[in-house]
Amino acid sequence: MTRPKAKTLYDKIWDNHVVVEGDRTPTILYIDLHLIHEVTSPQAFTGIRDRGLKVRRPDRTLATADHVTPTISKNIADAGELAVQQLRSLEQSCADFGVRLYTIGDSRRGIVHVIGPELGLTQPGLTLVCGDSHTSTHGAFGTLAFGIGTTEVEHVLASQCLLESKVGNFEVEFQGQLQPGVSSKDMILGLISKIGIGGGTGHVIEYTGSAIRSLGMEARMTICNMSIEGGARAGLVAPDDTTFEYMSGREFAPKAEDWDRAIGKWRQLPSDPEAFYDKAVTIDASTLEPMISFGTNPSMCAPIREEIPSPGDLDNPVERDQLEAALRYMDLVAGEPLIGQKVDVVFIGSCTNSRISDMREAARILKGRKVSEGVRALIVPGSEQVRTQAESEGLDRIFEEAGAQWRQPGCSMCLAMNGDQLRPGERSVSTSNRNFEGRQGQGGRTMLGSPLTAAASAVAGKVADPREFLSD
Amino acid sequence: MKKFEKFVSHAACLPLKDIDTDQIIPARYLRTTNKEGLGDHLFHDWRYDGQGQPREGFLLNNPDANDARLLITGMNFGCGSSREHAVWALMDHGIYALIAPGFADIFHKNSLRNGLLPITVDAQTHESCLKAAASGTNFTVDLRSNTVTADSLTFSFEIDPFARNCLLQGIDDLEFILQHEDDIAAFEARN
Ligand code: SF4
Repeated sequence: MTRPKAKTLYDKIWDNHVVVEGDRTPTILYIDLHLIHEVTSPQAFTGIRDRGLKVRRPDRTLATADHVTPTISKNIADAGELAVQQLRSLEQSCADFGVRLYTIGDSRRGIVHVIGPELGLTQPGLTLVCGDSHTSTHGAFGTLAFGIGTTEVEHVLASQCLLESKVGNFEVEFQGQLQPGVSSKDMILGLISKIGIGGGTGHVIEYTGSAIRSLGMEARMTICNMSIEGGARAGLVAPDDTTFEYMSGREFAPKAEDWDRAIGKWRQLPSDPEAFYDKAVTIDASTLEPMISFGTNPSMCAPIREEIPSPGDLDNPVERDQLEAALRYMDLVAGEPLIGQKVDVVFIGSCTNSRISDMREAARILKGRKVSEGVRALIVPGSEQVRTQAESEGLDRIFEEAGAQWRQPGCSMCLAMNGDQLRPGERSVSTSNRNFEGRQGQGGRTMLGSPLTAAASAVAGKVADPREFLSD
Repeated sequence: MKKFEKFVSHAACLPLKDIDTDQIIPARYLRTTNKEGLGDHLFHDWRYDGQGQPREGFLLNNPDANDARLLITGMNFGCGSSREHAVWALMDHGIYALIAPGFADIFHKNSLRNGLLPITVDAQTHESCLKAAASGTNFTVDLRSNTVTADSLTFSFEIDPFARNCLLQGIDDLEFILQHEDDIAAFEARN
């Protein structure tokens, strides 16, 4: 008898969802849950209307409004006429096709990658897609979750399936334990600085190791969220007791006997001990420091106590030019320390770091302190639930007393579609995921860091090491 | 989808590494519910300054490059956001095909699904393409034979056979998936 082939978590979920195995065609893969939002879905709904099709499984589809919604109020008009049209279009399509929508005013609304997990919809072993690259966030639950384009949104609406080709397995092991003041955001930035923004292309990353096991679910989500910044198709963490504890009792999580049965199934998901990975990287988490980005893509980041790197030190001419252009754009000088660089704006939010634990981290630093004069600090919770929870803990008062702005939930300044944006030349420390040129507004300069680093920088008015604020 | 067979055009070159979709089309131009007109915002912030004036020296502000159907670009083109608007903007501008040493995953899929041909080449061929393009020569991109020709430069490229077939016939994935409706229903009944 031959033993069954050892499989990774990715292999197992994939195999469980094959509808038609590809031979000379890609595989038809079944999608359990499809999340949609206002920006990447209108053309997909137009597509199925034009073809006279229906949404195959409205019960497996969920829509929310997050990208263009204002954060200064609950009135969509405050985000401008185009935002109004986009939201109306989503509302109309959801009504026409019977899709559940959590729009402005609904207590379950929030950033699509925040509400899936918080409502208990994101579950181990599922396939989950969304027209948004940070769908990888949901991989923290051992869910195969990835971003798709609008044409594929149309395919999933119409057929609940996608044509997919399987990619490779990539194991990223974080050994050891994090030091105080260092967070999961620093782990993922550390990884991307090591493998580069194309380092995961053609792979699904599975994060393993003792440092991952010690993280709570929200911290794991931060890591999986930025898998796409390493170019990976998706990021995964095997489900464990931490996962089940987080999910237990959530609105759409299985209940009673269904829950017990589900746990039994979920325990089968972790990769077999002898499973094969096409690629592997190991990082010692205990050596990581708070990280901050200095360039115009997420791999251009460094431990916060280091100096801004010098293009002259690079051998590869393409990389040298790239770094030179990035520093010029960022208005940073090679060789200067990262700490102490002037900051105009601090943004704490986005699907990377806008959950309740992120709010608590920010509050740890801001409590009893003041945001530096001249710094605009925006704190944008990821969902209505996060906002309500934070307020019940009094975090909003801590923020407001510190002089930070406490906003309505949404994507906000992560991609600056709703009017929240940097002015040309302004520099921010942001907890979001992308520091591309103009990402937070034309001419804006973004430095990525953890909520602790962002809050410390808000107080200092310049890039600051959060460990100096954490004596307690 | 329109059939893709062959075209002839000179090439525009933007050989930077890691050009992300936020550069191809900034997020503020995604507040639209259709696909048309996005070409006006292609590479907007590189093409226009804060006052909306064309920036001198940027590729697409040069009339010769502006009407090229072929864009030769750098490694990891289209990384970042999954926005398909990036592909629509390139196509709306009139680009039919891209040549690069590598493309980001989601962008690559989005391109094929819209009939924009992403051609992956090795570093040496990339160099040769850039050289040929600099001399203003015409490129012939022929999907029927999987070849690109420009003067003395000729090379063949690889493309997933299924995607190629869809492009050549102008059919899209959804039709293929929906032919398997019974299999989908059977899968749903099993699970
Ligand atoms: S917060 Fe940013 S990255 Fe996350 S879904 Fe919104 S726009 Fe995308």
